[in-house]
Amino acid sequence: MPQYGVLVFSPAPADPMDLKPDYLALLDRYPAQVTELGGKIITGFALQPSTTATAVRGDVVTDGPFIEAKEVVAGFYILEAPDLDVALEIAKLNPATIDGGVEVRPLFEPPAE
Amino acid sequence: MTETPDRGQAEEAVADAHRREWGFVLAATARVAGDLDLAEECVQDAYLAALEAWTRDGIPRKPAAWLTATAKRKALDILRRDKVFRAKMPMLVEPDEPAVDAADAEDVPDERLRLVFTCCHPALARDAQVALTLRLVCGVPTEDIAAAFLVSETTMAARVTRAKKKIAAAGIPYRVPEAAELPERLDAVLTVVHLLFTTGHTAPSGTGLVAAELADRALHLARVLLALMPDEPEVRGLLALLLLIDARRGSRVDDEGRLVLLEDQDRSAWDRAAIEEGGRLVLAAFRTGRIGRYALQAAIASLYALPSRYEDTDWPQIVALYDELLKVWPSPVVALNRAVAVSMTDGPAIALAQVDALAEDERLAGYHYLPAIRADLLRRLGRPGEAADAYRAALASAGNAAEREFLENRLRAADTGKNLGE
Repeated sequence: MPQYGVLVFSPAPADPMDLKPDYLALLDRYPAQVTELGGKIITGFALQPSTTATAVRGDVVTDGPFIEAKEVVAGFYILEAPDLDVALEIAKLNPATIDGGVEVRPLFEPPAE
Repeated sequence: MTETPDRGQAEEAVADAHRREWGFVLAATARVAGDLDLAEECVQDAYLAALEAWTRDGIPRKPAAWLTATAKRKALDILRRDKVFRAKMPMLVEPDEPAVDAADAEDVPDERLRLVFTCCHPALARDAQVALTLRLVCGVPTEDIAAAFLVSETTMAARVTRAKKKIAAAGIPYRVPEAAELPERLDAVLTVVHLLFTTGHTAPSGTGLVAAELADRALHLARVLLALMPDEPEVRGLLALLLLIDARRGSRVDDEGRLVLLEDQDRSAWDRAAIEEGGRLVLAAFRTGRIGRYALQAAIASLYALPSRYEDTDWPQIVALYDELLKVWPSPVVALNRAVAVSMTDGPAIALAQVDALAEDERLAGYHYLPAIRADLLRRLGRPGEAADAYRAALASAGNAAEREFLENRLRAADTGKNLGE
């Protein structure tokens, strides 16, 4: 089954401690929904707020996320799904899509020689 | 098999099968190949092989079945030979079908819907959907697609390749959507076919020949879709709309390529058979009770096309249909077209107020039909000075050569009128 990296974007600074109870309730239900739709979350992480991020470009170190934007990466997870349609269906149920969004991107597998 | 034909006949049969059956053959082959690139390569080979074989053995009774069996066999051969390599390739589907013998390939299931829905998948950008549909479903050479959309062949080839890579890498499934998601997914397919048609119909520049071909391809696709999805009223509506607009194709411009307005078009030159077929399809779509935007647009087009005299156009009915259309498709372009119909029922002054209100809508910024419509309303209201300004504004945005010439003529007339009035 193909695996996808799902990047979660939320309004900056995306502090997980600021999540509302409604959001947390949706998040609680999410794993069960993923399974029901035929997917599997392999692993996932939430990040501390983007105010804690440090960017390095060339040899320049700056305070803040790599790309300054209204929405920042809040976390990511690895999703296994039979095809993109299922992966997108699962992505649509992610509570982050209410005030932010997610990016679904297939994982790279090096071609075997 | 028929009598042994000469090479010319075989060539003709291959060309005909290419035009009409490419999508059918490719779609069936993709099931076995599991990869669109491989499928395309095998289908191309099959068409080449057909020329030799059909010259030698005669044209088969079912050319599409022959081509499909040949392409599938080539795909299976390559898959077997390159087992190790191909096993690493992302597969669209499992090669679950046994090898088929060309001779007994009688009933090949029609897989074109899978192919169409894959090409028009929402995870692909609209321009990629259009390019893929033309390339894979219609078999149009990349060079011709590039010409129709005014980009270089390299750009178009890159666009097609990128889209095919995404299908394989992201795991876009090769399947027809389930009932629950069908309306939304179907809408994307219909939009692509409609876009193909309008690109052909109102070619942005002087590539007349390619443009007409595009409109024909779109019409053919709409017919195929209706044959494959006979219960979808919007597919019926789309085919009706294309037929009704296409019926007037020959009379929209005169012999010198100048734009001819609806009121001045030679109605005897309109394709009556197409208009009648379109009208029947509209009725059939309406009878289902599930009336969508394409059926409504087609109904409006039929009211323009049906009367044998312009004076008999049923404007109140057209306005009523635009009201219905706005409910299912609240687009400012629809509202603008409605205003044109309103100018016929309630007069140009009321229509002008509506158009001026719409000009505030930023979605219409740069839409050159808006100043053109304003200009015409001002002209009819006897305000040539303001009309001239509006014609200039319309000319400032792009239009095709015929439209520009029309606007320039109207501008000259308005300037003359203004000078006379002063």
